[in-house]
Amino acid sequence: MGGMHTAGDLVLRMQLAKGMKIDEAKKYVADKLGITVEELCDPIVMSEIREELGLGLQLPKSKDAIAMEAKINIAKVLGIKINSVEVFKSRANL
Amino acid sequence: MKKYFTRMGDGSAVYMTEEEIRKDIEAGIANAVRGAKVDPLTDDEIEHLYNIITAPDSVVSVENHRRVVQTSDSSSNKLGRHSGIAIDQPTQTVIYERCLGCDSMDMGLNDYNFKAVKSCAENEAVIVKNALTYSAMPLLYGGMPNLGFYTKPDGPVDNWAELLPAGKLDEARAAQEEAVEYAVHDMVFVADTMYKVGVDGINLDTCGASGDADWLAALKACEIIRNKYPDMGVEMGMAGEFVLGMHGKLEYDGVRLAGLYPHQQVKLAEKAGATIFGAVVNTNSNMSFAWNLARTCTFIKACMEVAEIPVHVNVGMGVGAIPMSEYMPADVVSRTDKALIEICNIDGL
Repeated sequence: MGGMHTAGDLVLRMQLAKGMKIDEAKKYVADKLGITVEELCDPIVMSEIREELGLGLQLPKSKDAIAMEAKINIAKVLGIKINSVEVFKSRANL
Repeated sequence: MKKYFTRMGDGSAVYMTEEEIRKDIEAGIANAVRGAKVDPLTDDEIEHLYNIITAPDSVVSVENHRRVVQTSDSSSNKLGRHSGIAIDQPTQTVIYERCLGCDSMDMGLNDYNFKAVKSCAENEAVIVKNALTYSAMPLLYGGMPNLGFYTKPDGPVDNWAELLPAGKLDEARAAQEEAVEYAVHDMVFVADTMYKVGVDGINLDTCGASGDADWLAALKACEIIRNKYPDMGVEMGMAGEFVLGMHGKLEYDGVRLAGLYPHQQVKLAEKAGATIFGAVVNTNSNMSFAWNLARTCTFIKACMEVAEIPVHVNVGMGVGAIPMSEYMPADVVSRTDKALIEICNIDGL
């Protein structure tokens, strides 16, 4: 679906964590982002949203969230627990 | 008479007439129907399949809103291991994320089986932890149950592949049952280790490669892992469209495992708690792409009709109508993806 180029990584997260079928996972992510299912695959729309919400970008600038920073934001936006975020917080005593 | 460029199951080019392609589509469907006792494709679906196979474009695609997500097996090391590039796994993972647009990545030891990982799980976990720190996409840790690795002389159990030809059926069954317990222990041990560094999911890959006992081990491990870590996903990918009855009497939740097809396999994966099911249909390299794709779509359509969890159809070398070749022709790969999405309504690849 394009991963971070679009919203593929976010949709995959909902399948893997919650066992959502593709249409349900896409709708869940689209609703959380306030866009249409069609726009999930639009790299122009998604790059703007990912930049604004700090969800990680394929071409990050110095101000943009990447890696663990982005995952912390993804967990908040999607309303899910991400295991590596929880481990990171725990090990860093955050 | 016009001939269309297409391929055989080994990837070699072949030119076929409309009549020949339609005949192979019908034969592929009939083969799946006969084996799995599932419904054939409808006339409309057959027509759509024919149009996909004979489309003049080199690469075909789907409407934007029908794009699906992707998981993989052992892909985080394919730039290094397959392409021979001197590069570590965490760096490869970030390349897949930020350069290649992958939806997820699956890490694993080169040997890609849980028995081999067990002895170096801590070392593997540090590599996984680094990759998790550098990346934002979901990361799974994968391997195969690979029950054969538990047989002597490499493992502790008598080799059922030697016992069976000797007529020692009871001994062969007992050996497989013993190996199941070893394999379950190893898969759960590795999952424990990877969970503690934050992995998003466990990929139990090529389940059933050694037959019904191999798959039973994966089902049992999946059940334990999901009960221990309800927030961590488990993908369960199969080895083939048909579970070989190397044991023959093994059951999971009252269902005999030997002889099950994808539409039956997925129901047991669901019962074990898997969050993604990787359906497999083996490619016959002696048959045409049309035959293989029609057969694949027939199995997978039946699987999708009953699946309640997402199904990612395996479309790597030698499975899902993809030719048995390391060098993938984009023409047949894109046609396979399009057919599976538009005819079978799959959830991922």
